[in-house]
Amino acid sequence: MYKLYFVLLFSGLSSTVLQAQTKISGKITDKKNHPLQGVNISIKDSYDGGTSAADGTFSFTTDASGEQSVIFSLTNYQTQEQKVNLSGAVTLNIILRNDISQLKIVTISAGSIEASSEKNNTVLKPLDIVTTGGAMGDIVSALKTLPGTQQTNDREGLFVRGGTGYETQTFIDGLLVRNPFYSGLPDMPGRGRFSPFLFKGTTFSSGGYSAQYGQGLSSALVLESQDLPERSSYSLGVSPIGINGGLDELSKDKKGSFGIEADYTNLGPYLNVIKPKFEPSVNPEIIGTSANFRRKTSATGMLKFYGYSNWTHMGSIRPSFEYAGAKELFEMKNQNVYTNLSYKELLGNDWKINAGISFSTNTDRITLDTMPKNPDPLKIHNLSQLAQSRIMLTKNIGNYSALRFGGEYQYAVENAAYNDYHVNYADNYTAAFAEGDIYFTPQFVGRVGGRMEYSSKLEKMNFAPRVSLAYKLDQASQLSLAYGDYYQKPEPQYLRFKPDLGYMKATHYIASFQRVANNYTLRVEAYYKKYHHLVKTSPDTATNGTGYAKGIELFWRDRKSVKNLDYWVSYSYLDTKRNYLTYPYEVQPDFAARHTFSVVTKYYISSITTNIGLTYSFATGRPYYNPNLPVNQFMSQKTIDYNSVGLSVSYLTAIRKAFTILVLSVNNVGNFKQVYGYHYSTDAMRREAITPNIPRFIYLGMFMSFGIDRRQETIDNL
Amino acid sequence: MMKTFVLSFCLLVTTFSMTFAQSAQYQTAMSKQIAQLDDPANRAPEKMQEIANTFERIAAAEKTQWLPYYYAAYCYVMNALSEKDKSKVDAIDDKAQAAIEKAESLSPKNDEIYCVKSLIATARIGVDPMTRGMQYGAEAATLLSEAGQINKDNPRVDLLQGQSLYYTPEQFGGSKEKAKEKFELALKKFATFKPASEIAPNWGEAYTKQLLSK
Repeated sequence: MYKLYFVLLFSGLSSTVLQAQTKISGKITDKKNHPLQGVNISIKDSYDGGTSAADGTFSFTTDASGEQSVIFSLTNYQTQEQKVNLSGAVTLNIILRNDISQLKIVTISAGSIEASSEKNNTVLKPLDIVTTGGAMGDIVSALKTLPGTQQTNDREGLFVRGGTGYETQTFIDGLLVRNPFYSGLPDMPGRGRFSPFLFKGTTFSSGGYSAQYGQGLSSALVLESQDLPERSSYSLGVSPIGINGGLDELSKDKKGSFGIEADYTNLGPYLNVIKPKFEPSVNPEIIGTSANFRRKTSATGMLKFYGYSNWTHMGSIRPSFEYAGAKELFEMKNQNVYTNLSYKELLGNDWKINAGISFSTNTDRITLDTMPKNPDPLKIHNLSQLAQSRIMLTKNIGNYSALRFGGEYQYAVENAAYNDYHVNYADNYTAAFAEGDIYFTPQFVGRVGGRMEYSSKLEKMNFAPRVSLAYKLDQASQLSLAYGDYYQKPEPQYLRFKPDLGYMKATHYIASFQRVANNYTLRVEAYYKKYHHLVKTSPDTATNGTGYAKGIELFWRDRKSVKNLDYWVSYSYLDTKRNYLTYPYEVQPDFAARHTFSVVTKYYISSITTNIGLTYSFATGRPYYNPNLPVNQFMSQKTIDYNSVGLSVSYLTAIRKAFTILVLSVNNVGNFKQVYGYHYSTDAMRREAITPNIPRFIYLGMFMSFGIDRRQETIDNL
Repeated sequence: MMKTFVLSFCLLVTTFSMTFAQSAQYQTAMSKQIAQLDDPANRAPEKMQEIANTFERIAAAEKTQWLPYYYAAYCYVMNALSEKDKSKVDAIDDKAQAAIEKAESLSPKNDEIYCVKSLIATARIGVDPMTRGMQYGAEAATLLSEAGQINKDNPRVDLLQGQSLYYTPEQFGGSKEKAKEKFELALKKFATFKPASEIAPNWGEAYTKQLLSK
């Protein structure tokens, strides 16, 4: 009996000792017969194996025998298992297939340019917005260097593809922002309210965008707020025109943070030195505060709050146009509060929820006075409030496809008072949307969706279908097509007087080619946009205006050709005509330039840690209205071409332990004459050019950030 | 009764001898690969990939050992750090990340694993320092400080902290002097450092000396 056991035991041992070495060799290629290097070849559950060489060949020996599994694995390829019988030398020629899930898959891109730090291969990075020369840290100014936009610096907002500034909507974490710009003075629009540092992602869509977003005929600016900071920090900024400070505190468990910030700006001293075109009636002042709170509610859930409050006071005194010797006063006090609370979480089973509520209120108190002519100045008091809620559910289907649907509710109050004359209205707006991203293959995606909206003020419903297709030609290039209907309520200033207006409507058709390689980006886009139901104010106020816009746009970015130099070039050709407001027939509107061109360069000199940004923008002249011309020559004259050079120099250094940036920013460095149009007096006898109030603005600032650097802590503790 | 006893005994002996054989084989294989890692002649990316592949095979066969995954991650991150083409770094780093996460699941709260994770974060900074510096720099620093808390005698923590100080521009908190102090501290710790076993991580002393001589 014992004998048997011993035999068993020894036979077990001896079998390993007596094993012969078997050679396994072969070649590994992909489907196209290209050799694959670095493939890990292994005998299952043993150490034996090898790695394929540059020519795809491999060879190794093993002690294993009999029926065995040989495994071939390589990143981005499907792992293959092959059964072999190791009774003698074996040759294995293997073809590995691409692992589709690892290949870069196509994403919808027609019409949009994205700046994100999370995704690779985006056209822009968030930092690009900050470092664009002449943009002065303003998101919209930086976006004006991208194709599709106009250099309309005399009017509020982003003018995109033959659309007005009102046709571009801003969204923060999915929620509409009613007043994204500071209130400005006539011909001197305010800049964007929100700092680019608040956002981790910025998507600028110049058309064809998703059914998730509504109420923008032309364009959507979709901003995604930052998540938790990496560490706690304090900041301080000083410049001749103001001061700001803030803190960002990361909780000990690193699951939450809060921050507060305050700033004060006073342009008075600056305007004493550099005289503006029009005398200020008060020292322009801005006081701002903001607070944020972010909390991870689980491994995947996040709750974010952002609140902002701002007070602005400014005014100008200009020579009167109508009355010789008299002066026109325009003074404005603005108060703005914006709040946004958002929540996102994975619900399991491939479901995801995004929800948010927002409340904002904006008050403009304007005093208009013709001095000394008019004893009773006109007082305008505008109040707009917006309360909204939004919920969106996303269900992922399979590896890539997804279904999204959700709803929105907005309650808007739009009050206006002209002395004692009040025109107020409120609107209940509800919207529902649904769309699916359907991947026919990983390289071919279609997005089909629709949006339904109802406004109680208009008492009308609309339905907007939207479709996009994108096809990936290779790892870097793709073709996209988009079509969609877009509706928007008429502007409050028309709607408040004429309640029976309908929705304005635009239909977009876009075709685009994009190539995003590691060091360069090329994008070519052509579009056609048809406008229906634009607001006309003459002869009657009605939504019966028409128009179109078509054009071709180019974008080229190159990060490599010149060392340390990063530049992009954009060109937009725009052919647009519209019949709206007081226009007698369809003409090229006074905000549209036919050719717009921008070059943005960024050069980093590492030896002096200085970044230099230089931006050149050019636009052909815009039409203007000359009342002296007959009606068949309406808007037939054009202003001079627009030229601008913006410069920003940032020097990075350390002052004690604070990371410090010194910034010098100058717009219109060359002091080019810029004319945006002309104002004519009522009798058409006199005219005045619309030019920048401060033709060249020079800004010098210092920003310090005191991070609680854990590295430093560790060093000090030793 | 007797039969059962003998049977159990025999089974025990067999199992024991097998485990022993396995363990010896593991030690030998690991030692051989680690020796290859230590040889400067093997620094070419293709060779590192080959060594990483071997570690991955050992890891897959062993299933419960963290060290083979650790060394595989180490090979990949070395490749990521030496890769000149920035567009390829993330893909290589992802391999390192996958391997180190497997190691971490087998051996949580391990200072050596944190050191490699900090190197992985450091490699990601290189792809786009302006955009990524803040995020991954802070991540790497946190990982090292956590590693130091787990084992204050680990010289690699000081070496990597010193390295970070050395290569970070002064404007962003770097300092060549403080780096030097760190390297000297690391060398002191190397002198007394006893790896947990023949095959436990024990790299970096020569590299520290090399950095100090700069």
